[in-house]
Amino acid sequence: MHITLTHYVIVSALLFSLGLFAVLSRRNAILVLMGIELILNSANINFIAFSRFGGSDMGGQAVAIFVIILAAAEAAVALAIVLNIYQRFHTVNVDDINKLRE
Amino acid sequence: MLPHILESAKLFYPELALTIAFCFVILAGLVTRNRIFTGLAGMAGVLAALYFVSVQAPVDGTAFSDMLAVDGFSRFFKIVILAATFIVQLFSLQSAELKSRAMGTAEYNALLTALALGMCLMAGASNMLMMYLALELTSITSYLLAGYTREAEDSAEAALKYVIYGAVASGMMLYGISIVYGLTGALDIYSVNQALGSGQVNLWTLILAGILITVGFGYKISAVPFHFWTPDVYEGAPVTITALLSVASKAAGFAMMIRFFRVTFADLIMGGQETGAWAMLGGFEWNEVLAVLAVLSMTLGNLVALWQNNLKRLLAYSSIAHAGYMLLGVVTMSPEGVSAVMIYFVVYLFMNLGAFYVVMLVADKTGSEEMSAYAGLGQRSPFIGVAMTIFLLSLTGIPPTAGFVGKLYIFSALIGAKMIGLVVIGALNSVVSLYYYVRILKNMFLKDAAPGGAVFGLSVPEVAMLLLLLVPTLLLGLYFGPLVEYAQASVSIFGIPR
Repeated sequence: MHITLTHYVIVSALLFSLGLFAVLSRRNAILVLMGIELILNSANINFIAFSRFGGSDMGGQAVAIFVIILAAAEAAVALAIVLNIYQRFHTVNVDDINKLRE
Repeated sequence: MLPHILESAKLFYPELALTIAFCFVILAGLVTRNRIFTGLAGMAGVLAALYFVSVQAPVDGTAFSDMLAVDGFSRFFKIVILAATFIVQLFSLQSAELKSRAMGTAEYNALLTALALGMCLMAGASNMLMMYLALELTSITSYLLAGYTREAEDSAEAALKYVIYGAVASGMMLYGISIVYGLTGALDIYSVNQALGSGQVNLWTLILAGILITVGFGYKISAVPFHFWTPDVYEGAPVTITALLSVASKAAGFAMMIRFFRVTFADLIMGGQETGAWAMLGGFEWNEVLAVLAVLSMTLGNLVALWQNNLKRLLAYSSIAHAGYMLLGVVTMSPEGVSAVMIYFVVYLFMNLGAFYVVMLVADKTGSEEMSAYAGLGQRSPFIGVAMTIFLLSLTGIPPTAGFVGKLYIFSALIGAKMIGLVVIGALNSVVSLYYYVRILKNMFLKDAAPGGAVFGLSVPEVAMLLLLLVPTLLLGLYFGPLVEYAQASVSIFGIPR
């Protein structure tokens, strides 16, 4: 079977939906962050596939590299925040961390 | 390549000044723990950036292969952003909440300058990659600052909620950008516009992508229904950061959103011949989407604010409502509407920072942000009481305060665009907002202080700071000609005929 642009776009759409589903359905902060990573990587697949099949433009591949770096930075910050939450609340369940909305 | 970079760097002085200040403050933090020193160093960077923005020649151009546009529009927003950052840096020098933290003050001041840098880049971003990078620079520094007082549980919780909502919203925006890239093969918004103009683009896919990108903007300006993080983050974050998020990061979000919609979706050939309003490509009226967001933001923000007893939370809902008013200016899709948004931001800068400053003073002296801490404040400290009254009346939009001028120009732009329905909704919302602002006034002047409610005086810097915010709030309500002229002269976006 010949792999075309459509296959890549379908994979990325699936990945995006799964990521969004994880964010909406998971209550563990770490799993929510994993869902966010899926969303970012689905966009990466799109960028690279469109760049590969869309012509000579390398812009999409450059974006993917930037996004990978940013995802790492964001994950570092998010994990630091989750670690801090664990030290304060002794849980990483986002439903239990609800002091502000009394 | 090198001559181009050097040529671009000349347009990049404000951002360079902020970058240098950021590096300097981080390094200074290694040798000194003096919070005043690092604070002043950060302020020097922001002042230098303000200076470079104000001396820039009034010519429109782009820097770094069209990554950033340097035009009247971005200069105006950069001034608002840098002024707000500078005022918040002044707050930070005084804040007792921050003084209680011995560690990491250099990081705090460095992150403030990095935040200002990210927001300045947002104001100029004219490439979708640059938009995303600037948004993330702003967001990541904001997450850290929201959780700065990490000993406090509130602050930790605020940071967690902010990072989750922010990362999801920017992820969705990135996916939208990737679809636009697939449709047009371009990242630079001028090329995207050309590709869209050739008309070989599936409209429904484009609408889906546009809505995903709007999620990112909506999160940054905290418009309903992307506002869920706002009340919790505003309540939990240190009050200085709340003040900055409510003004500067909103301004940056608006600047980026207006530029994106104006350049990407506008029909540049057909647009603005007779009416002065912008025509949209493909016949899809993006301003109707924005109008829905605006009406929802105003109504929900104002109605929910009625039940709030925590002042920071109340001001959070009020800031959602104000985002709604400002969105109305964008909905007109006309130069009048955009200049009205710009006028509104200058006004909002002073009145909203003023209100937050009063909240900070009262919280520092009484240890509470609840409504009850304000009982009898008018007798206990008349100057704070009067100042808060003026800020709140201005937020409502009552003449002769500056808030009235802001609303006046928004509504007159709407009338000019024949959107009378939105004017009625906006005016009704202002009436609702009067109720909860006046509730605070009632507490301050008509209720007796709780027993033990200390009488507190103000130090000279505190009085000076209040006056710095109070005088423009009153002055701009009476003498607003120069501001209006400057805003109307600054609506030019690079590459767009007036």
